[in-house]
Amino acid sequence: MRLPGRRPDVPDGGATVATATRSGSARSTNMARNESIAALLFITPWIIGFLVFTLGPALASVYFSLTNYNVLEPAQWTGFDNYVEILTQDDLFRKSLINTAYYTVIYVPLHIISALAVAMLLNTKVRGIPFWRTFFYLPSVTPVVAMAILWKFILNPQGGILNQGLRSLGLPAPGWTTDPNWMMPALGIMVTWGGAGNAMIIYLAGLKNIPIELYESADIDGAGWWSRTFHITLPMLSPVLFFTTVVGIVAALQTFAQSRVLFDEEGGNANAALLYLMYLFNTAFSYFRMGYASALAWILFVVIIAFTVFQFWLSKRWVYYEGESK
Amino acid sequence: MSSRETTVGAQPAVRYPHDRGRRITVGRMTQYAVLTLLSITFLLPFYWLVATSLKTPAQIFTSEWIPDPIRFRNYLDVFEQTDFLRWTVNTAFVTTLAMIAVALSSAVVAYPFAKLNFPFKRPLFALVLATMMLPGVVMMVPVFLIWRQFGAINSYYPLWVPNLFGSAFYIFMLRQFFLTIPNDLKEAGLVDGASHFRIFWSIMLPLVRPAIVTVLLFEFVAKWDDYLTPLIYLNDPNKYTLAVGLASFLRAPGLESRWDLWMAGSVLVMIPVLVLFFVAQRHFIEGISAGAVKG
Repeated sequence: MRLPGRRPDVPDGGATVATATRSGSARSTNMARNESIAALLFITPWIIGFLVFTLGPALASVYFSLTNYNVLEPAQWTGFDNYVEILTQDDLFRKSLINTAYYTVIYVPLHIISALAVAMLLNTKVRGIPFWRTFFYLPSVTPVVAMAILWKFILNPQGGILNQGLRSLGLPAPGWTTDPNWMMPALGIMVTWGGAGNAMIIYLAGLKNIPIELYESADIDGAGWWSRTFHITLPMLSPVLFFTTVVGIVAALQTFAQSRVLFDEEGGNANAALLYLMYLFNTAFSYFRMGYASALAWILFVVIIAFTVFQFWLSKRWVYYEGESK
Repeated sequence: MSSRETTVGAQPAVRYPHDRGRRITVGRMTQYAVLTLLSITFLLPFYWLVATSLKTPAQIFTSEWIPDPIRFRNYLDVFEQTDFLRWTVNTAFVTTLAMIAVALSSAVVAYPFAKLNFPFKRPLFALVLATMMLPGVVMMVPVFLIWRQFGAINSYYPLWVPNLFGSAFYIFMLRQFFLTIPNDLKEAGLVDGASHFRIFWSIMLPLVRPAIVTVLLFEFVAKWDDYLTPLIYLNDPNKYTLAVGLASFLRAPGLESRWDLWMAGSVLVMIPVLVLFFVAQRHFIEGISAGAVKG
């Protein structure tokens, strides 16, 4: 604190211990300031992006959701009309919300369980893990549109290879892409094929992180596969399972391309596979009802946040963090 | 839990090694059998895709496993009957810009969160992470209106310019990598009188090169694959990217029910991604695991 005033007095080249410390700490405050300035410059791009592409649009979206806006004419303030219409009169909203919920409920558990099963199968002393891993992961890097076109063909009710196979086994051959009862399961098959690999890689890495000593002491205690799985593997893996569940649900609620290409922009026959985001997209970019679409977006936002908060609440009951007990 | 239900599992492990050995062989064999079966299930659709792409229209709905005759012409037809080449060039252009933009900007933003001290560092980082939770859907309409205001509809700007501002997931990932670099390197640079930017650019950035490669790969797959954004912004078929172009096959006049060409087009779209995956598999695997397990 005595430094600033005395600094000019320091004679040039006075290399005493005292001056060294003095100018040293003056330099260090200076350096700290430089560091802060540099850091702020470094993060400036993100701040600009946050304001222009996140915060600004999010606020604008709140406003638009309370208006009637078709792009060509100025937005008209309508208060909560959009929300009221969506919640009380909109059949497609209800349909797409139910479809999306149905999709999420089949897809998320299905792909987590299948990914976990494969990962556990691979986490034993199997030979050639990289080889197997590649096979299961390959569909996950496959571009979505190409994947959906491929499955559109495989699932084709008349000539598709799946139904040919089912028929030759004397099994019923459902109308995967045309029968409203079978369209969602068809979508589920496709996305499990295309998405399980990602989760599998994550689980495999998680399984590798479980200390081997736990299994060794379980062996000594005479624990079998069942109790090792339920008392060691799953609890130790629970943070990773939790992560994939949260991410999986958020992604499932925003699924778009898969259903749009496998069926069509209206979600196929009787809108049986019309997902929420598809409906939102049509509202905004086919009918140019920007205000109404914004209201739809906020409703989806509330649903997503509610799911996520619920997940975090639930996680206290089943997720085990190793560090916590220490 | 009781030893009764676990007798089969572990008791003989110590006492009868030979017994365990035999059981393992049987178990192992089942395991390999299951894995093989599963792999076939996962790979069969790819085989079917390639096989169909080489069939004549008459063979399409037959269950011939090996097309006869093999018709490579389908691949040429894709280029002749659609704007496939143009879409490939468009996609390559957008993807390259997007990759470079997001890798550089995310690294720049990630660096101070790992290596520098500044006011509000923690809350700002929390804010970065919070944006990951915010579904992009909410911003979709207003961001469209912004670009429309700039007259950027039907241009590529909306597809890559947002990448100049960093992406939360990559910022998080790169920060984790920067954290592993010793601070001594920074201190040494400062003693030598280097600026913070210089330290970042010449010392730190080269050291996180593997992570940068992972970001580039992820972004490549993401952009090559992206369907929603180009669908919103591009109306002119000449400007389509591959994802939108390929989907437009299904409607294109003269291409109705040309499954052979749709399949050939799909193979072509997949090839770059799959090749890249085989070349750089390690980066993919590490990137995915790092995001979930270390986080």
